[in-house]
Amino acid sequence: MHPQLNDILAAVGRVILGKEPQIRMALACLLARGHLLIEDLPGMGKTTLAHTLAQVLGLEFRRVQFTSDLLPADILGVSVYDRNEARFKFHPGPVFTHVLLADEINRATPKTQSALLEVMEERQVTLEGETRALPQPFFVIATQNPATHIGTFPLPESQLDRFLMRIALGYPDARSERSLLAAGSPRGRVEHIPPCADAAGLIRLQQAVLAVRVSDALLDYLQALLDYSRRAPQFETGLSPRAGLALKQCAQAWALMEGRDYVIPEDVQAVLPGVAGHRLRSAQGGAVDVAALRDAVPIP
Amino acid sequence: MSEAPRLSLIRWLLFALGLALLPHFAHLVSWVPLLALGLGLWRYRLAATRRPLPGTWLLLPLTLAVAAGILVSYGGLFGRDAGVALLVLMTALKTLEAKSRRDFTLTVYLGYFLCICAFLFSQSIPLAAYMPLPLLALTATLVGINHTDGALEGVLRFRLAGAMLLQAVPVMLALFVLFPRVPGPLWGIPQDTARGVTGLSDDMSPGSISALSRSDAVAFRAIFRGAPPPSATLYWRGPVLWNFDGRTWRAGERPIPLPGPAYQAEGPPVEYTVTLEPHHKPWLFLLDLPAKVPGIGVLTTDYQALARQPVRQRLRYEAASHLEYREASRLDAHTRARALQLPPYGNPRARQLAERWRAENGDPLAIIRQALALYNAEFTYTLTPPPLGASPVDGFLFDTRKGFCEHFAGSFVFLMRAAGIPARVVTGYQGGQANPLGDYLIVRQSDAHAWAEVWLEERGWMRIDPTAAVAPQRVELGVAAALPAGEPLPALARMEMTWLKRLELGWDAVNNGWNQWVLGYNQQRQMEFLARLSGSRPEWGDMALWLTGLLTLVVGASAALLLRPGWPAQDPAQRAWRRFQNRLARAGMPPRPAEGPRDFTERAARQLPRSQQQIRQIGTLYLQLRYGGLPDHDGIARLQRLVRQFHPR
Repeated sequence: MHPQLNDILAAVGRVILGKEPQIRMALACLLARGHLLIEDLPGMGKTTLAHTLAQVLGLEFRRVQFTSDLLPADILGVSVYDRNEARFKFHPGPVFTHVLLADEINRATPKTQSALLEVMEERQVTLEGETRALPQPFFVIATQNPATHIGTFPLPESQLDRFLMRIALGYPDARSERSLLAAGSPRGRVEHIPPCADAAGLIRLQQAVLAVRVSDALLDYLQALLDYSRRAPQFETGLSPRAGLALKQCAQAWALMEGRDYVIPEDVQAVLPGVAGHRLRSAQGGAVDVAALRDAVPIP
Repeated sequence: MSEAPRLSLIRWLLFALGLALLPHFAHLVSWVPLLALGLGLWRYRLAATRRPLPGTWLLLPLTLAVAAGILVSYGGLFGRDAGVALLVLMTALKTLEAKSRRDFTLTVYLGYFLCICAFLFSQSIPLAAYMPLPLLALTATLVGINHTDGALEGVLRFRLAGAMLLQAVPVMLALFVLFPRVPGPLWGIPQDTARGVTGLSDDMSPGSISALSRSDAVAFRAIFRGAPPPSATLYWRGPVLWNFDGRTWRAGERPIPLPGPAYQAEGPPVEYTVTLEPHHKPWLFLLDLPAKVPGIGVLTTDYQALARQPVRQRLRYEAASHLEYREASRLDAHTRARALQLPPYGNPRARQLAERWRAENGDPLAIIRQALALYNAEFTYTLTPPPLGASPVDGFLFDTRKGFCEHFAGSFVFLMRAAGIPARVVTGYQGGQANPLGDYLIVRQSDAHAWAEVWLEERGWMRIDPTAAVAPQRVELGVAAALPAGEPLPALARMEMTWLKRLELGWDAVNNGWNQWVLGYNQQRQMEFLARLSGSRPEWGDMALWLTGLLTLVVGASAALLLRPGWPAQDPAQRAWRRFQNRLARAGMPPRPAEGPRDFTERAARQLPRSQQQIRQIGTLYLQLRYGGLPDHDGIARLQRLVRQFHPR
């Protein structure tokens, strides 16, 4: 295990009980400089996870509740005329932060959604001809209620691809739920957790991810996975080249978390559900079985 | 590498060429291989001291001088011997101007030619067994030349070369078996001259067969269909000799082909296959009396089987003979005169004796009996008879009384003719040595024999073996049994079954197989083999089709193997890992298809706790080698060792 990352995981794990795999995925996503989509029912601890992660990493944290009347300016910021200085002054929106929690992103209109997604991709805000860079690192955690709920604008397929990973938190197990019930909501305690890192440290870690070695043998495996997803009849569409890159980056981050400087097939398999789950569509409709993809492709 | 070839490459090349040169020492005029060796050493010296190669001003005169030398030594530049000498020296000279990769490749190919050329002189098993060595070295050199960074270790080069040569084996076998043969010996090159081959000839004088008996060279080998007949009945008929000049028996007139069957068989024929060593004479040795003569020969009136061409290459033929027969030919006046021919004078005492017998009792059978009784009573069978004077028959019959089969047969026929009974000398081989290891009979030159035939009214020609009257063991057990100890018989013809003889018989069996199936795989053999394989006689077109089909199959199979998923497992670490997985699979832990190496290792370590340390070691090393870093020969060697030593418990 990477010692620093281990500390971070332990610190988050003390707040979010019984969710270690999801915490690891979220951290891997962050280390791979991607954005995370959490899809789950309300009240599962999505906000707490995002907030805790930001706190432990020593990052600035902002939260935006998406609603149907939310406008792009509400996220990005707005220029207001300052009469004293006789010029427009930019008031940065909540997007100018390290960790942005976009809560219930599917409640906002497509216009607002795409404004956020553009920023996620470009990591800068261009308004009225002026480009403003976002702080580094920049990490969006969007949450989404499952699309069956009424009054939502589900993210289109193309937009889903902007998220490096999608995870679900799920109900806690009995023991974790018990301690949760006994100790009360951890939300209030998050503010008091001492940070284990800072923005500069995180950037160094993100650069270390890029240095993790990916051998030819592993690329063979990645290609075999991509190829299978495109040929297998159970998927309507296969994984895109961008998905392949995402898979590689996430596997590199995972390997770093494991304290290795090279990627092994198990790293790929570990991140595969998070990376491929929202990018594949089942030909029969319904949930995509990523495990079947993993089990069907032999490791060369 | 193009400008300054590395020294190690030169070393490899010269070493491989030296190996290819070695067999040529046996047949080249001695200065040729020595000069080639010297040129090679010169090339090495130049490379070692980093001096420039000689220029054309030196190489050109040198080449001309070499050609002139060969011209003088061999009397020409063409032909097998001179051609190979030229190839050897030109290859050596080529190394002196080789500096680019292309030159080196070319020189290696010349080395391959050197290998082939060695087979023009000998196709023996030892040479064939030796040849893979230079082939391997040359191929490994070629691998080294083509390995651009030049960092491949020697062992790996050899392994790669070996793998390549092994891959070529199926194609080689297919071509060997199916490529249409032309009639002729394997190499299509006639022997330069009939070099002193031992064997029977068409004359016989005292001492000629006993000289043959000192040779343990193989005359032929025979395989019987069914159980071999007893040794005493095996008279392999060769030259029949009619004319006697007082000392030497000769065949005399040209033999005439037998127009039709001339004897009555008693009992079923004995069928057998003979593999005859080349003896440069036309006789095909068949058992007395031949019933079926192979198509390459004819049967003459005196029952010699003659091939149309002298036997210049190893020959395999099938034949059948009747060991029990009643010969009932009539004797025409001319033949009777030939069978009674005697020189006008000489050997008076023998003539006198025959006249006396004839006067006492005119019955030819009684005369024969008397003659045999004479031999039986007072004569000694020996390989080293004392020398005979001007009248060899008299000298033998009345003075020395010691002789070998030619003395007995010759003097017997002389006596018969002198007594007015038509008779002739038959030479050939008698008996043979059964090789228990190969289930066939070896007939050596030391089994050469001479016997007599007399013509009797009613009975026709009848075989009389006077040697049997003196030494019955000769025909029952062979020469060695009949001779007293101390006779100069070749060691291999002796009776005792020593380990050495056992070894020799084993080696002979191997040689026989080699002759039959490798060297003797000629057009006839190929046709037989393919006919047995397919059930019908193959046509040329069929053979071409088979060849194409088989080669397509081989190439297709290789392609399928190479293109199948998960292949090639070129990575040696991966090969070692597969071996490790196979071992665990046999121990009841097959890998799951999509299971990563780490997961597999963990599962195996949990399932086989007693081996878990080894398993973890192998797993960790493999992950590092395959996914972790750059190629690492030491690591791979360590992994291979660990896997070799790994036995799941």
